[in-house]
Amino acid sequence: MTMTQDAITVRGLEKSYKNVQVLRGISFNVPKGTVFALLGPNGAGKTTAIKILTTLLTPDGGTASLCGYDVLKQPAQVRREISLTGQFAAVDGALTGRENLRMIGKLRHLKDAGKKAEELLARFELSGAADRRVSSYSGGMRRRLDLAMSLVGAPAVLFLDEPTTGLDPQSRLNMWKIIKELTRAGTTVFLTTQYLDEAEQLADQLAILNKGEIVAAGTPAELKKLLPPGHIELKILEERHLLEARALLQEFKLHFDEGNQVLSVETDGSIAHLTDILNRLKNAGVSVSELTQKQPTLEDVFLMIVGGPPEKGAERHVNF
Amino acid sequence: MSTFKNFLSDTAVLSGRMMRHNLRSIDTIITVVAMPVVMMLLTVYVFGGAMNTGGISYTNYVVPGIILMTIASGVAYAAFRLNNDVTAGIFDRFHSMPIAKSSILGGHVLSAVVFNAVSTVLVMLFAFLIGFRSDAGIVGWLLVIGFLLLCTLTLTWVAVLFGLLAKSAEGASVFSYFLLLLIFISPAFAPTGTMPGVIRAVAENQPFTSIVETVRALLLNQPAGNSALAAVLWCAGILLACYIASMRIYKHKIR
Repeated sequence: MTMTQDAITVRGLEKSYKNVQVLRGISFNVPKGTVFALLGPNGAGKTTAIKILTTLLTPDGGTASLCGYDVLKQPAQVRREISLTGQFAAVDGALTGRENLRMIGKLRHLKDAGKKAEELLARFELSGAADRRVSSYSGGMRRRLDLAMSLVGAPAVLFLDEPTTGLDPQSRLNMWKIIKELTRAGTTVFLTTQYLDEAEQLADQLAILNKGEIVAAGTPAELKKLLPPGHIELKILEERHLLEARALLQEFKLHFDEGNQVLSVETDGSIAHLTDILNRLKNAGVSVSELTQKQPTLEDVFLMIVGGPPEKGAERHVNF
Repeated sequence: MSTFKNFLSDTAVLSGRMMRHNLRSIDTIITVVAMPVVMMLLTVYVFGGAMNTGGISYTNYVVPGIILMTIASGVAYAAFRLNNDVTAGIFDRFHSMPIAKSSILGGHVLSAVVFNAVSTVLVMLFAFLIGFRSDAGIVGWLLVIGFLLLCTLTLTWVAVLFGLLAKSAEGASVFSYFLLLLIFISPAFAPTGTMPGVIRAVAENQPFTSIVETVRALLLNQPAGNSALAAVLWCAGILLACYIASMRIYKHKIR
């Protein structure tokens, strides 16, 4: 086998379901030992991409290879290199945590499936619940077990399809910690997510998928430059105060929403910037009934890059 | 050779998994073992006295039908569990792993056959307790066992087909009500001779009639003749059709 630098190579991948084109020729590379995040809203084609790369779906066009093995022609070799943690925790509720891990170990023909199971139970803080049926586990525990099951065979490439969707904030942070540890140990991770902050936290490279096309790709820093700036929103009820506020803040980029009586002020997000704005209002005695800080969201990135809401977006490519 | 060894080991692991599912579900055990037993008690002690079944006792008459009921309700769970796997993520997990593909359905089929065999034995033991007696010799019993295994395998593949087709796990087991209906419209509980024309025509031309008559003839050590031939042909035909249809759907589902 020739040595390849890339764990995953994808060229012009296409897939349609009936008349709907889900993937319209996507291409990317994931270097070995890095984390790649595919970011996009529901229905963007993220899961379809994962299913093709994990040999579960046949693409209509294009090629994909994993660790040098062609996904279409050498599925058996590909399966030996990968593990999939799907969107819905693929654990067996009727079995205990320990039995789940042992089952996967035996299916991977490990010599000592029992020992591996104990090791993973301890590592994922599930030893205490090891003999309980998984149907009684919390959402966070199920995800941890799911991930542990994916690590039984020590895969070279790990696929995580929305690993934190539906988790509470605590479990989410926990999951991030685990994924970071994995990448430090050299595993290549391919993950999909709807959350920009998740991609930022974990990914070396990320690509934004919208309606089956990659509309932006790069490092988190590169993509962050594309973000629209943050805003603070001021709800000002009295007309007099509103006029005053507009005059005081005239050198800022302002936008007034008449219906809600909300004045939004563009900021760079720095404390200095915010204090300046608030001090001006305070010193002039402007009464603000509500103050909200708006951070740019994935939605905003879409609005920015795609030039319209994700639902009806006209595609425009952004290259780096 | 090692591929074959892997296939055996993977099938053993996956059918062991399904056996745990069956044995840990009180619901399954009640439906598959307790219900047929209750049905047997009801038919023997409530209706039995009023039945005219010729020269044989009603207990002996009704046991083949009860056994088929046991198998029909057992395979409903096979469909339910298979559908659960298909609709939840665990099938994707198995299919993205380097395991023998045929083990995945094979594990379901094997565990269903074994589980149904065990529950059939339990129900039959109970039948002996309430007075069921067989005239079959060793060869006769071997034939009974072989034929019932063929029936179980056939009904299991019917279950696999519905398990793959159904949109939800609840819907997957509905077909078994149809099986139970067919068992009732057969000579399983009452001779067909007294049934009105249309129902009698259905009863005499559907697979369960020849199956029930074959099991009964074998257990009573009577010549099974034409009904045995018909029953084996029905089973083989249904088995083949369901197997081919299931494999097509399965391959379409999994790439």
